[in-house]
Amino acid sequence: MMWSWIPSNWSLIWQLTWENTKLGVLPALYGLVISLPLGVLAARWRWVYPPVLTVVNILYAVPSLALFIALIPAFGLTDTTVIIALTVFSLCVILPNVVAGLRAVPAAVTQAATAMGYGPLRRLATVELPLAVPVILAGLRIGVVASISLASVGQLIGVSSLGYLFIDGLQRSFPTEIYVGLFLVIVLALVCDLILVAVKRALTPWAPRPERQPRRQQRRQQLTGAAS
Amino acid sequence: MSFFSWAWDWVTTDANWHGSGSIPQQLVAHLGYSVLPLLIAALIGVPVGVAIGHRGGKGAVVVINVGNAWRAIPTLGLLTLLAVFLGFSPLTWLLPLVVLAIPPILVNAYEGVAAVDPSIKDAAAGMGMTPWQQVTRVEIPNALPLILVGLRTAAIFVVATATIAAYIGLGGLGRFIIDGLASNQYGPVAGGALLVVILAVLVLALFAGLSRLVIPAGLRKQAKTE
Repeated sequence: MMWSWIPSNWSLIWQLTWENTKLGVLPALYGLVISLPLGVLAARWRWVYPPVLTVVNILYAVPSLALFIALIPAFGLTDTTVIIALTVFSLCVILPNVVAGLRAVPAAVTQAATAMGYGPLRRLATVELPLAVPVILAGLRIGVVASISLASVGQLIGVSSLGYLFIDGLQRSFPTEIYVGLFLVIVLALVCDLILVAVKRALTPWAPRPERQPRRQQRRQQLTGAAS
Repeated sequence: MSFFSWAWDWVTTDANWHGSGSIPQQLVAHLGYSVLPLLIAALIGVPVGVAIGHRGGKGAVVVINVGNAWRAIPTLGLLTLLAVFLGFSPLTWLLPLVVLAIPPILVNAYEGVAAVDPSIKDAAAGMGMTPWQQVTRVEIPNALPLILVGLRTAAIFVVATATIAAYIGLGGLGRFIIDGLASNQYGPVAGGALLVVILAVLVLALFAGLSRLVIPAGLRKQAKTE
């Protein structure tokens, strides 16, 4: 470990960290934006979901590098290629959670909302989606962490990220650079993860703070949802 | 030309199927790089996950959060780091893939066992089963669907990621991709990528078949009626 390398390459490190943040966070957000309407449709019309889930499972099996490559003819060796590919992966993680979260809303709650005169849209926006927030955010957390980590693979097709430190470090046999890259990717992912945990707390003020039991149930639904 | 026409042209070129470094050779090498890490990860992840799930209680938060944080470790970074220190030692490619495969296996094994209906566990205990019998005859069979989901996810991760082992000079389907990128030939890049995708989809199909074989009939019926 050569500590002096860090201050002398500060601007490079900062720039790569910023690039990596962009390549990790944007896809997760896009994935969320696309998953929400799709998930609402799939939760409403049950027959829509099995075929969608099959497509999602197959897409998720596509290696990130392969997807980057498949997109090169259309988008070139650019950020767009990486962002679109990672959006697809985030979508695969988030969508099942949106569906599971919406389906887990107790029937009595939706019936009560209907009885109070809520129309379908208002019920969705003010009752069902808020109740599904913990499950949806659990998916978003995995999506962000995975995107930030996978963004480094984009370096193999020349798209700048913290992956640069890995590849340059290997070529120069200079472990310090790789340590810094590993550290920053992991810290970046954990920071985003913590931010999402805070967002969840803010969006669900009614949730009990220890929250152990509900969370386990959500994970279970999310996982069995992916299994069926 | 699109990705598929490039890939198709390359895959259907006869010369790519013969000689050293041909498609069949790299396919076998790729499977070799995938199976061993998956086995090791399963041998670690399943028992640990089952054990924590069986004990129940405080393990939940730890497993879920550690599993989530663990996913943040970039495989490419770990691979290059080990390559700098160990060179071409088998550990260089083995370790990153094992690290990659453990979280889904561990978390799903844990979730599967922890989620077994408490009344079933009580019944098992009430019938006089020892803890070992409860785990092996009741909890694991009931958790099998989720354990398999974990193994499937891990298998797909490993097959997909074994591609980047080529980056440190190893074989496998990634060879075509990395060499193609280095020499600016899109044909082998697209073809190699297509083969990896096909392999990953075959793994999905394999696990679909496997789950039909090993999941107890009672559980399958239950899943259908749900």
